[in-house]
Amino acid sequence: MDQVIRLSHGSGGEASRRLVEEIVHTYLDNDVIRRLDDSAVLVLEPGRIAFTTDSYVVDPIFFPGGDIGGLAVNGTVNDLSMVGASPVAITLSLILEEGLPLASLRRILESVRAASAEAGVPVVGGDTKVVGKGSADLVFVNTSGIGVVPAGVDISSSNASPGDVVILSGSIGDHGIAVLSKRQGIDFETDLVSDTAPLNGLVAAMLGVTNSIHAMRDPTRGGLASTLNEIAERSGVGIVVEESAVPVRPAVAEACELLGLDVFYVANEGKLVAFVPAEEANAVLGVMRGTRYGEGSSAIGRVVGDHPGMVVLNTSVGGRRILSPLSGELLPRIC
Amino acid sequence: MKFASEFRDPALVRTITLNLRKACRGRWKLMEFCGTHTVAIFRYGLRSLLPENLILVSGPGCPVCVTPKAELDRAIYLSGLDSSVIATYGDLVKVPGSEMSLAEKRARGADVRVVYSSYDAVALAERLPDKRVFFVAIGFETTAPSTAAAVIRAEALGLRNFFVLSLHKRTPPVLEALLKRGTSVEGFVCPGHVSAIIGAAPFEPVASHWRRPCVVSGFEPSDVLQALLMLVRQLEDGRSEVEVEYARGVPYHGNRNALKLMDQVFTVTASEWRGLGEVEASGLRLREAFSPFDASAFIDRDIVSLPDPPGCRCGDVLRGDISPSECALFRKNCTPENPVGPCMVSSEGSCATHYLYGDR
Repeated sequence: MDQVIRLSHGSGGEASRRLVEEIVHTYLDNDVIRRLDDSAVLVLEPGRIAFTTDSYVVDPIFFPGGDIGGLAVNGTVNDLSMVGASPVAITLSLILEEGLPLASLRRILESVRAASAEAGVPVVGGDTKVVGKGSADLVFVNTSGIGVVPAGVDISSSNASPGDVVILSGSIGDHGIAVLSKRQGIDFETDLVSDTAPLNGLVAAMLGVTNSIHAMRDPTRGGLASTLNEIAERSGVGIVVEESAVPVRPAVAEACELLGLDVFYVANEGKLVAFVPAEEANAVLGVMRGTRYGEGSSAIGRVVGDHPGMVVLNTSVGGRRILSPLSGELLPRIC
Repeated sequence: MKFASEFRDPALVRTITLNLRKACRGRWKLMEFCGTHTVAIFRYGLRSLLPENLILVSGPGCPVCVTPKAELDRAIYLSGLDSSVIATYGDLVKVPGSEMSLAEKRARGADVRVVYSSYDAVALAERLPDKRVFFVAIGFETTAPSTAAAVIRAEALGLRNFFVLSLHKRTPPVLEALLKRGTSVEGFVCPGHVSAIIGAAPFEPVASHWRRPCVVSGFEPSDVLQALLMLVRQLEDGRSEVEVEYARGVPYHGNRNALKLMDQVFTVTASEWRGLGEVEASGLRLREAFSPFDASAFIDRDIVSLPDPPGCRCGDVLRGDISPSECALFRKNCTPENPVGPCMVSSEGSCATHYLYGDR
């Protein structure tokens, strides 16, 4: 077989078939996907179905700590988990640029396989298209996922309520800085890796101690600040955050200093922020800290009735300032 | 990083704040005119700690904000030339010129690249021998030495496709221009990084002739508060001197090597500042000897700039005469997504900072 992806691989003919059977199915293999039917047919537990989709265009596609494949799986598993759903299955669509080395595709598929296995969520279907050179940036990925929301769970960004404690599952800024460190033109040395991770286990543990999580999101693009603002806006509440309670790795803080970035706007891929009633906070925090991806959990703030829609930061030196949503791109400063 | 944590120690900040409140008896109006100071003050929420009788305004301290449209239009003109590559620092690409910004020109096919160092622009010229790389050199004295170094490097490499459009401006002359024009500001927080290059000595005329105390400040929260305390003490004592708070970064007479380098490559010229008009001796242009590297040679026509959009009060904001929220466009027609003037575009512009960190 060729060493690179050709247009014929996406045309639905012999080359396509061989790509799926000899490459894709080496990595993605289960009863459902093996049937190669036009749709996956699944049996779901009765209840509310959660349904989500996301596309991934990260550049570079291979970055410290991960790649576009694992990122996509974890991202969709997490979107389902953020509404309290137990993920059941995901699909994977690939748009490949002509000329993509087959070795890269294999690497990405292995990453998908590993992420899917760790999360315990199978890839039950997918699609592969190939576009001409220059029409895509190596690989674009879309994943869709379904899950089941248990009875009694009602998590939504409009449910945050004054008195709620805001809990963050770990350090912020890791993913954004790890990716930035490898982007062409910005070359700084760091041991930092992306925090991409599946959070369904963490969320299951949290739901094991309480049904009353009000709101929960994973702060991806736009960072923690953007996510908190969305929730404040949708719930019509104010949020006060204690800067000194927000975990930031020294290497991330230093990179942000160097580049003039505010860590509150840097992307994360394996973190969540949860809004829980005050009386449940200790129990939730305790159980989170006992999990692999929640060991750095910290209570970082509170929901208040004042300044609805606005997020206020009590700074690490004792001042106060507003944490606005991100506007425009994150561009490092001049001098 | 130990430095940072020590200078950000909440207990230290509390002590200095208490001393500041105690010392500040009169009503005083101070100006900081370094974009990084503007950001630091907001980011740490320092305004919420100041005594009420201490007013702090932001001055013309953001290089992007003070660059007049005419100069930006020159850079944009260059981006439209055949085989041209524009290389510049981050914020400049978003500033609107008469027709559009460099970013918008890029969206329409121009080759515009953000670089993090002047040497990156030289490397670009080496890598792309068939292109003309125009480095749009913006910044105060902080970045001018690295532009000078880049020109010298390009000369040493024998490059014929590397050019500099110098938009560099000098800080002390703008203070004098502000004072000559008339201002109610009573003391200045002077820029730490500029002074790391030029020293504190150039601010002596401001203190001695214009009787405004000057304190060169670092960028950590305790630096800024300490600098404010030093200024207030001078004012309360009736003194007017140049002092250095940022002792760890600023040699009183500046960085000799950097100054030599600047002097080798640049000569001083008159330059236009948004909100202030033309200011004598406030700009830097390449010396004759380096004219092969001067991008101005490619601007062979008069570029007519459109007047600023009606209602834009960037000039007033930059002089410290009004605060951003006093501009009728602030937050309504002028936002970071849809900036009318440069004070909103640059991440260190007064308006963008007030918008982001909370002037409601």
